Amino acid sequence: MSTQPKRRGLEVEDHGEITVVNFIDKKILDEQSIQKIGEDLFSLVDELGRKKILINFSNVEYLSSAALGKFITLNKKVNASGGKLVMCNINDDIFEVFEITKLNKLFNILKDEQTGLQAF
Amino acid sequence: MPNSLQDGFVEFAIPSDLNEARHIQEIIETQLRQCQYEDLEIFGIRLAMEEAIVNAIKHGNQLDQAKKVRVRFHIRPDRFDIGITDEGPGYDPDDVPDPLSVENLERPCGRGIFLMRYYMTEVVIHPPGNRLTMCKVRKEPYVKGDYVV
Repeated sequence: MSTQPKRRGLEVEDHGEITVVNFIDKKILDEQSIQKIGEDLFSLVDELGRKKILINFSNVEYLSSAALGKFITLNKKVNASGGKLVMCNINDDIFEVFEITKLNKLFNILKDEQTGLQAF
Repeated sequence: MPNSLQDGFVEFAIPSDLNEARHIQEIIETQLRQCQYEDLEIFGIRLAMEEAIVNAIKHGNQLDQAKKVRVRFHIRPDRFDIGITDEGPGYDPDDVPDPLSVENLERPCGRGIFLMRYYMTEVVIHPPGNRLTMCKVRKEPYVKGDYVV
C-alpha cells in the first residue's frame, strides 16, 4: 500500500491496482470544493489511468446534488475506460440521498472498505 | 449585516459569491442547533438550503457578483421558514426534467428541486421563478425554550 500526496479535499491510497479515495472534508457541499474534488477524481482516470476506484465515504456527513453529479461523471469515465467504480461506508443519511434519487441503482455501493476491495 | 424584520424574519442580502453562501448557511445551521433541531432535520435543511442558494447564485444571477441574493429566514421551535430571491429572469420548474426517469438517471445535474421537495415540508417557486420559499414543519414533541411542548 502506498500513500500519495494529499489532494485538497481528497486522500488517495493505492492498494495494489485498486485506488482508494477518502474525503478529508465532512461536508461535500460547497461548489468550489466540489469542483476541485471533481477535477481530482477525473484526473485519476484521465491522467493517471486508474481503472479500479473505491470511494470510501466514511468521513462524509453531507453532500449535495452537485457532488452526485461529479460521481455520475466519474462513473461514466471509469466505465468508458473498461474499469470499475465501487463506493463504500456510506452512512444512513447519505445513503437515503442515493436511494431517493435512484442512484443506488446506478452505483455499486457496498458496506465497508474490506467488502469494497474484494469486489474488484 | 442582517436585518431583523417585524415579522420575525432575519434577512441577509449577499453578493453572488459561493463563499458568502456557505457563510450564511453556517450561521443558520448554528442557530438551528441552538434551537435544538435534530441532526437529521438539520441534514435535510442544510441540503435544501445549499441547493436553493447555489441555484440562485449560479443559474439565477449567473455568478454576477454585482447581483444580490436575498435570504430571509425564521427559526421557531415548531418550524423553519426560508425565502431566497435572486435577480435573474426566473424559470419554470415544470421545464426541469424528472431526475428519476430512466433516461435522466445519468444526467449529472437537475436533482436540486427534487431534493428540496423531499427534505422540506413545502417548497414554492413563485413566478416568474426567481423567488423560492420553503419550510420545514417539525413533528412534536419539539423543544420550545426550556420545556417540551
